Amino acid sequence: MTTTELADRPVIMAENLVKRFGSFVANDHLNFNVEKGEIFGFLGANGAGKTTAIRILCGLSKPTSGKIMVAGYDVYTQTEKIKKHIGYMSQRFSLYEDLTIAENFRFYGGIYEMRPQNIKQVTAEMLSKLEISNLANTIIASLPLGIRQKLAFSVAIMHRPEIVFLDEPTGGVDPITRRQFWEMIYEAAASGITVFVTTHYMDEAEYCDRVSIMVDGRIEALDTPANLRKTYNAAGMNEVFLMLARKAKNTD
Amino acid sequence: MRIIFYIVQKEFLQVFRNRMMLPIIFVIPIVQLLILSFAVTFEIKNINLYISDGDHSVASRRLTEHFRSSPFYRITGEGSTASGLDLVQKGKVHQIIEILPGFGKKLETGLPADILIVNDAINGSAAALMNAYTLQIVNEYNAGIVASFNDIQQPAATVNWSFWFNPQLDYKTYMVPGILVLLVTIIGMFLAGMNVVREKEIGTIEQINVTPIRKYQFIAGKLIPFWIIALFELAVGLIVAKFAFHIPILGNIFLIFLIASVYLLVVMSIGLFLSTVTNTQQQSMFLAWFILVIFILMSGLFTPVESMPRWARTVNVVNPIAYFIAMIRMIMLKGSGFQNIANSLAILSGYGVAILSLAVWRYRKTT
Amino acid sequence: MKRFIIKEFLHIFRDIRSMVILFGMPVAQVLLFGFAISNEVRDVHVAIVDPSHDVITNAIVQKMFASGYFLPGGELSSSSEIEESFRQGKNKMVVVFSNDFATRFQRGEKPSVQLIADASDPNTANLLVSYAGNIIQNYSRQLIIAPNVPVVNPETRMLYNPALKSVYMFVPGIITVLLMLVSAMMTSISIAREKELGTMEVLLVSPLKPFHIVAGKVMPYVLLSFINALSILALSYTVFGVPVNGSLLLLLAESILFILLALSLGIFISTISNNQQTAMMLSMFALMLPTILLSGFIFPVENMPLPLQIFSTLMPPRWFIIIVKSIMLKGTGIAYFWKETLILIVMTIVFIVASVKKFKIRLS
Repeated sequence: MTTTELADRPVIMAENLVKRFGSFVANDHLNFNVEKGEIFGFLGANGAGKTTAIRILCGLSKPTSGKIMVAGYDVYTQTEKIKKHIGYMSQRFSLYEDLTIAENFRFYGGIYEMRPQNIKQVTAEMLSKLEISNLANTIIASLPLGIRQKLAFSVAIMHRPEIVFLDEPTGGVDPITRRQFWEMIYEAAASGITVFVTTHYMDEAEYCDRVSIMVDGRIEALDTPANLRKTYNAAGMNEVFLMLARKAKNTD
Repeated sequence: MRIIFYIVQKEFLQVFRNRMMLPIIFVIPIVQLLILSFAVTFEIKNINLYISDGDHSVASRRLTEHFRSSPFYRITGEGSTASGLDLVQKGKVHQIIEILPGFGKKLETGLPADILIVNDAINGSAAALMNAYTLQIVNEYNAGIVASFNDIQQPAATVNWSFWFNPQLDYKTYMVPGILVLLVTIIGMFLAGMNVVREKEIGTIEQINVTPIRKYQFIAGKLIPFWIIALFELAVGLIVAKFAFHIPILGNIFLIFLIASVYLLVVMSIGLFLSTVTNTQQQSMFLAWFILVIFILMSGLFTPVESMPRWARTVNVVNPIAYFIAMIRMIMLKGSGFQNIANSLAILSGYGVAILSLAVWRYRKTT
Repeated sequence: MKRFIIKEFLHIFRDIRSMVILFGMPVAQVLLFGFAISNEVRDVHVAIVDPSHDVITNAIVQKMFASGYFLPGGELSSSSEIEESFRQGKNKMVVVFSNDFATRFQRGEKPSVQLIADASDPNTANLLVSYAGNIIQNYSRQLIIAPNVPVVNPETRMLYNPALKSVYMFVPGIITVLLMLVSAMMTSISIAREKELGTMEVLLVSPLKPFHIVAGKVMPYVLLSFINALSILALSYTVFGVPVNGSLLLLLAESILFILLALSLGIFISTISNNQQTAMMLSMFALMLPTILLSGFIFPVENMPLPLQIFSTLMPPRWFIIIVKSIMLKGTGIAYFWKETLILIVMTIVFIVASVKKFKIRLS
């Protein structure tokens, strides 16, 4: 199978993605494409099926059926190749709490086979961007949540992946930190990294280039935020979502 | 293989940074070794004997004298059988010797006379030993009767015995190598396996599974640090054994480490395999504990393998602990060499490769 | 509060794997101890060095191998081969007859039989030599031509355990270890788990009082250990005939006391551990191993060196095992072990107070 140039093809292609757990259908025939450099928002309430889908795209779980290509590779047969080209920030813990910032960078950088010199350089750059260069040797557990999340994001992109998957990255922090986090996302996208982010904060939808809204395992809407507001005659994404969610059966 | 190095590095950092783990891994096992080696003994220090002498003859007193003069026996009371039994109830007396009236008369008239030996047999094996000792003393007494009864030299055989490799019959010599094995096993089986489950339980394992890391790299990185720690413990343990307990190390130390390395591979793989079939640390610990207890009981650590019925000895084919214990005792205490253990080592190696492959195969990066 | 306890119960019972192990383990242990483990001498390979191969030596050898203790381990041509034979590991003893045995025997020259035992296992070596020696002495006495020699005939009676079944001694210990495992170890890990996963804080800010939280967490384990202990008793009684000669009620009452003590120990450990791994290792090394090795479970305390005997007085299992053995095997009443019971009560109080203190410190 030949990998096609990323310039021609979407970096993520999902055709009729289905994921079943027994009789429960978590993802019901999802269809979407993500273009290179895009910030693609994957919205939906808790329990809508977002995390399930993102795990399939990352190669953490196998879909029940459907054709899915990530970075030009097939998720059924080429998961290990996919992993070389992606970064991931998990919903729970991504950094080791008992290691320092520098040790975490070194570890993940090493796993992605970055050269030690390169690792040092990237670490220094990222820390200085976050203005915490003096904290390089601090244990993660002693840092506030906001910094931890930003660090987790930095680690996720330190090896310059083509796509970075963020699963609910801004949970639990104040609006200012969230705003700062999104600035980091903008920067990453501007440098050519495609960002695939799931969230249940509807206002964050405005920050994305395009969003899809999942309800009960199905994509009920897929468009730019501006278009969606027009289509549903809504003032903000919150309203759009509420209209769609009226039909939902599966929310917490 | 730099990737393996990075994982090993992280693991070591995490182990050494954990305040509580350090003493647990390094101090406590050694303390255990020191303490437990003194505790685990089946030898009988002395037998609390109660004499119920209903005869009060020269003969009965002479018999009693035999026991009184033996360093093994402590005559804690004399009186009626009933009070003797009560003392046994209370746990104060181990054995009662009952001599009925008429004992001396019978012997004088050339008839055999009975005595009754009553043992507290809650501890069956101790009772057997106590009984055997007492029978020996009775035998000696009988030999004296025979000798004095006839003038002519009776044909007899002289039975001599000698104890090789452990002439003092020091129980520690037997147990210390076994306890060493036990300690090393706990570190190998538990820590290594639980470590993987811990990442599963906390959630950091997802972050690992999403990287291009290969299964074998991850597993090697997880096992190697504990393999090193376990071998280090073995070394310290051997030093303690030699200098604190004066356990002989007649054979080749490198041979011991070679076997230990292979053994650790087996035990860790088992721990690892368990971690792939469990989701929480508690489950994995439990399962490991279950298997460990069964294996230890059957391994010959406390009780000899030969005493087990045939079916049990067959099960031992898959019991790595049995192999290691037998080999370490043979090498340390008897000076056995490579050719004596080559067979067992080969089987153990094959076993290790099989289990490790099984564990690696079972570990899924994609669920 | 009730809902909390129910949740804890469900949580544990849904964990099928742990359940299976929890109940299966003591069963396996009882069966093992009953059927497999023993200190008895049996099927031990013995090699012979016999230069003369005469009537008497052959008869002695035959008697030995007919006894059920020994199996033929081959013939060695001389004593120089003994060491290597032991090194190989199969033979545990070598019987060396002096040459011209029968001739010397008849002439009254008292030829020697050397019993060379591999004493790397001193217990077995002792027994081997004892048994072999007895067989030889008995046989040679049979050859004595003096029928009316009066000897003392010893008759043996074994109290409480006539068949010398090792399972009798171990069942009390198995119960103790099990109670310790479930009530102490599992409890400590369970509480440490809440701490590790961060859910403890959630519980603490809920309307539940700390006492309720802890009680809710340990209640299922209490029930579990109880059921487990009963099933062990039932199993050992039905399969091996291990009796409960004394009062079953008294046994259960003492067990509850011990469970309480084990619980407070477990809680105490959880207050000083920050994660599960620590709690587990601490429980393992500070509780389980000493329980198994120092409490009198397998190795009698009275044979240990004095400092260890003193140390073992600090160990609750040591006292509990005495109580259980007294009730089950000796059939005695509380008059015989009120001292031990008192000790357990005092220990329980001490540890409950200690855990409460520690818990309060943790909270602040």
